[in-house]
Amino acid sequence: MKNIIKINNLNKWYGEFHALKNINLEVGEGEIIVICGPSGSGKSTLIRCINFLEKFQQGSITIDNTVLEDDVKKIRQIRSEVAMVFQHFNLFPHLSIIDNLILAPIWVHHKSKQNAQEKALKILDRVGIKDQAMKYPNQLSGGQQQRVAIARSLCTSPKIMLFDEPTSALDPEMISEVLDVMVELAKEGITMICVTHEMGFAKKVAQRIIFMDEGQIIEQNSPDKFFNNPKSERLKLFLNQILG
Amino acid sequence: MSTFKFQSSKQPPKLQMGVIDWTMKNLFSSKLNIALSFGAFYLLYLIIPPLLDWLIFSADFTQKSNAECTKEAACWSFIRAKIDFFMYGLYPSEYYWRVNLLLLITLIFMLIAIVLKNHIYKNRGILLMLSIYPFIAFLLLYGSETFAIKIIQTHQWGGLMLTLVVASVGIVASFPIGVFLALGRQSKMKIIKVLSISYIEFIRGIPLITILFMASVMLPLFFTEGVNLDKLIRALIGITLFQSAYIAEIIRGGLQAIPKGQYEAADALGLSFTQKMALIILPQAIKASIPNLVGASIALFKDTTLVLIIGIFDMLAIAELATSDPQWLGRKTEGLVFVAIVTWIILYSMSRYSKKLELRFKR
Ligand SMILES: Nc1ncnc2c1ncn2[C@@H]1O[C@H](COP(=O)(O)OP(=O)(O)OP(=O)(O)O)[C@@H](O)[C@H]1O
Ligand SMILES: [Mg+2]
Repeated sequence: MKNIIKINNLNKWYGEFHALKNINLEVGEGEIIVICGPSGSGKSTLIRCINFLEKFQQGSITIDNTVLEDDVKKIRQIRSEVAMVFQHFNLFPHLSIIDNLILAPIWVHHKSKQNAQEKALKILDRVGIKDQAMKYPNQLSGGQQQRVAIARSLCTSPKIMLFDEPTSALDPEMISEVLDVMVELAKEGITMICVTHEMGFAKKVAQRIIFMDEGQIIEQNSPDKFFNNPKSERLKLFLNQILG
Repeated sequence: MSTFKFQSSKQPPKLQMGVIDWTMKNLFSSKLNIALSFGAFYLLYLIIPPLLDWLIFSADFTQKSNAECTKEAACWSFIRAKIDFFMYGLYPSEYYWRVNLLLLITLIFMLIAIVLKNHIYKNRGILLMLSIYPFIAFLLLYGSETFAIKIIQTHQWGGLMLTLVVASVGIVASFPIGVFLALGRQSKMKIIKVLSISYIEFIRGIPLITILFMASVMLPLFFTEGVNLDKLIRALIGITLFQSAYIAEIIRGGLQAIPKGQYEAADALGLSFTQKMALIILPQAIKASIPNLVGASIALFKDTTLVLIIGIFDMLAIAELATSDPQWLGRKTEGLVFVAIVTWIILYSMSRYSKKLELRFKR
């Protein structure tokens, strides 16, 4: 399997605070990875470094053979291939659903409006909310909004999708509708890195689960070994806590 | 086994309150309230009847001259006689039609903008109108030799027409400058940031009168001799510079209300800085600022009366001038009341309109 993301000795500080310590990670094309770990362990920071929402001070990240560096053009190019879904959806409230979806295809990928709209409607259909296309974000439920956010990031046909706790701001009864969409996505061969505490989802679709604590990758393994045979004490403790 | 039946929805009970209920609740609910209510009624009784009497019932409307206005009440004949002066100042009367035509065009453009509301050509239409409007206004009000439209020098402009010109140029021209200043103030580039902050704080620290004086006295010093910048243009520059600092602060407030997630989502989609600002951040920031923007515009409209200090005759200055006509001596009150009523109508419509905009944007 070809590697699409290579992270090499990544170090990141917030001021004096060492948030990521010597992270090494390789992600294969089409691989589905779940990252978990206690709050403040640096999960968000790590995936936000991948699309350069956070700057890092040491190490390197290579995406699809392009080395990430602090250069506006390069960053934009990377971002047009790497999509991100946020915990709080971050839809644009002043634009209708369809306009949220066609924004990047038109302005970043220079598609025609008609093309973009056709594709957007197809994708909305796939996530099951085609009939809401003309509404505005805050007329939708949280689960629907998050599905729109996923649809928005799909509209640019990204090679890699990053999810930062996509279900943790949702009411319990809405979590499954979002996870179902993500499971469908996982079947399509798109590379996914998900920060999530939904262990059911992790067992079902992840090819590899990564456990982080205090800015480091403590352990990574296939779901089977990860849950049934954790090596480190910290992971055992963590699993005990979240699996009850 | 009984099956569960969903109840059908019913109308909510009506909250009815009769006139008597309302008065009892709002005016006479306690001893103190009763006393206050009667006190207020008495004051109104003292003020309202004589006021109405002066304004309407005993007022003269049709008399031909000052001498015929004999009653101890308003002489509206004065306004009738001077109405053109109030509206157009010293603009030559054979060219009033140019001002009226511009007003008509303005109203038509507004109507088109309303009709276009949800049309796909809305933005393009409004942009087109906005870009040709200044030229139309200039050609009609000022004139042009190349198009053989007689030039009317700005010192002949005056009255309501001039007030509207000064206020609308100030409001419109200061907006883009204010937006850039607000963005500059947030910029990561130190020089731009410092320049923006110094400008905003400098301007906000001095009164408009001072700026108007500076514009009329100091601006000419910056231009090479011989270039004689029109007095009105100087005033407009001064007012625009003044207003843009306030607009900048209002927009900055709107910008601060935008959650960080909006910036991040725009970044993550790969939008450039300009696209992010123009498509995502500013539209939201401006919508959030509309009430304050209208407030600032109303304040500016009132402040435009200060231009009379540098010798430009807005409506208030005209009222002053009109009463110095020997034929109509002593009719100052009527002039001022008239100006107040006209101003109030304009400003009240502005504030109503902003209420409507706010409701429309409340999504
Ligand atoms: N902008 C910032 N400035 C300073 N410190 C920060 C900043 N963002 C995060 N941190 C710190 O970095 C550490 C890692 O944060 P991060 O958000 O990556 O954690 P996380 O694993 O995503 O946690 P959570 O599960 O709560 O989202 C935390 O200790 C946090 O306090
Ligand atoms: Mg996080």
